[in-house]
Amino acid sequence: MNAESHLLVARELTKRFGGLVAIDALSLEVRRNEILGLIGPNGSGKTTFFNVITGIYASDSGETVFDGNDISNLPAQAVYRAGIARTFQRSRLSLPLSIFDNIMVGNHMHLDQGLWFNLGRRGAFKRQFEEQFERARELIKIFDPPLADRMFEAVGGFPMIDRRRIEICRALISQPKLLLLDEPSAGMTHEETTQLMNDILEVKERVTDLTVIIIEHEMGVIERITNDCVVLNFGRKICQGSYQEVAADMQVQEAYLGIK
Amino acid sequence: MKRTLPEFGVLLPGIAGLIVLTVYLALLLQVESQTEIAALLVIAVVAALAATRFGVMPRIGRSFREFEGPFSLAIACAVLVMVAYFHEDHFILLLIATVIIYIIVTLGLNIQFGFVGMLNFAGAAFFGVGCYTAAVLTKNTPLPHLLILVIGGLMAAFIGSLLILPVLRTRGHYSAVITIAFGLLFKIFLEVNDVLGGPQGLHVDGMNVLGWEFNKNIEIGDDLEISFYVNYIIVGLLVLGLSFTLVRRLERSWIGLNLDAIRLDETAAACFGLNLIRWKVTAFTVGNFLIGMAGALYAMMVGFIAPTNFTFGDSLIMVSIVLLGGIGNPWGLVVATIILVIVPEKLQAIQEYRFLLFATMVMLMLLFRPEGLLPRPLRTYFPAWKPR
Repeated sequence: MNAESHLLVARELTKRFGGLVAIDALSLEVRRNEILGLIGPNGSGKTTFFNVITGIYASDSGETVFDGNDISNLPAQAVYRAGIARTFQRSRLSLPLSIFDNIMVGNHMHLDQGLWFNLGRRGAFKRQFEEQFERARELIKIFDPPLADRMFEAVGGFPMIDRRRIEICRALISQPKLLLLDEPSAGMTHEETTQLMNDILEVKERVTDLTVIIIEHEMGVIERITNDCVVLNFGRKICQGSYQEVAADMQVQEAYLGIK
Repeated sequence: MKRTLPEFGVLLPGIAGLIVLTVYLALLLQVESQTEIAALLVIAVVAALAATRFGVMPRIGRSFREFEGPFSLAIACAVLVMVAYFHEDHFILLLIATVIIYIIVTLGLNIQFGFVGMLNFAGAAFFGVGCYTAAVLTKNTPLPHLLILVIGGLMAAFIGSLLILPVLRTRGHYSAVITIAFGLLFKIFLEVNDVLGGPQGLHVDGMNVLGWEFNKNIEIGDDLEISFYVNYIIVGLLVLGLSFTLVRRLERSWIGLNLDAIRLDETAAACFGLNLIRWKVTAFTVGNFLIGMAGALYAMMVGFIAPTNFTFGDSLIMVSIVLLGGIGNPWGLVVATIILVIVPEKLQAIQEYRFLLFATMVMLMLLFRPEGLLPRPLRTYFPAWKPR
């Protein structure tokens, strides 16, 4: 287990909410360039794991090493700068803002934030704006080319599948090393989910050096796109392996189906 | 550049709207009979409803959006034409100057509430900081008066950031509560502070720029005398122009985007690297700077300030202008300020009940048209820009 092959290593992570132990001494390794599926019943700590990694919650104990650096309990902003971007279970786009604006929020670290640059140097600002507009458009074209012509329409007017695409674009525009997808299929039909997974696989093919952790309930999705799976139950890792191995595991069947 | 016909088609509704509005406002300002004023107001409401119904409003909006620079200049010219028309009427000119100064104030509040989402219930207090700074500095220092305007703004900005820093780590509306406390405290502080004149208030010297005395009527020839308020209207328009440009540029930059992102979802914003405290302080400070600057100008214009000018009620009026006008849209603020400043002054029947009336208006607005009179359009970074 060396740092070279593992992008993210979590050691003995614990997060309690009062008396409830949401994740319990969870240790997990994520290899570079793989798609890792994170599965488990509701309340098993999947989203809490994302929230602890990304600095929304501070962990109670344990450590996280990302790309060789200790990122345990760094604020969310620093985690983003280190190269981790995410989507949210309930889509957290800014609905009154345009597609372009939403994607640019995710692009924060590539935008010049100086007061004078933004207010005084409109020529320079315009050049950066045009450059970033092209980047955003190229990215969204991978998902759905027609969206590239509607960059200045409010996100609130788009259907759920487009919102998911926009949300993934917002996470990808900063060129993160690790992408965290929190139940991207939630609220979508089977066909839409299939389409979105095609999109994700295509992005994965085009972008070099991208590792993905995906939380998913649909086993079809997990079977199709992941290389490796981790099963959580009551905040603990109960099993890790390929989809076939995990699906055959007794403990998993017990957690999901209640079979003894 | 070749002017084409469609461009003229875009321009026309804006030009027509501007002329109608200018004539209407001049008429409203001139008329004194209460029934005539009431009739004019009814006409305005009916006309506005009809214009909305028949889709005239979006066209006027489009003219203004696509030719914002020229139209801003045209509006300044329209104000000057009105000023020339009323050149000796002190009361009407004072009203116009007050509207201009109040627009600067609400532009400041708009950066705070409209962009980053921080409610400031101490608008009148920060305005007062600017006023008292001007009073003290004009009396005790030989500093140039235009510089005093800037210092007034800086003082308000400084006190504001000092006040807000400790609570910014908390979430929700703690900062709004702090501003309420500050607003109330400020007035009491002034009343018990003898150095600042106590409850009797302070005299403020009139503006003087390079020997040009602002508080003297301008005499041209033997029989043309122009009210001294015209001086303040001109300076007010210049400050307003700069403030408006600042707000626009702020909105049409990455900073404006940051502020919107923070208002709409702090957690998501933090997950994409936005430093919440930095941007909140920036917005709060820049907003208070505009408010303080407007205060300094106001103090020099009216020549006398007292604690009763800076009550919590005044702060509420400022906030209600922002709510009424269209949160985040500077043009909405212009319209709402004109309505909320001029109507109670002209229609004396409602003077006493203005708070009741404003409160009702804000409530109706929030119920039936929460986006305000002129809703904020989607951000365009460069209005004329089209993707290749």
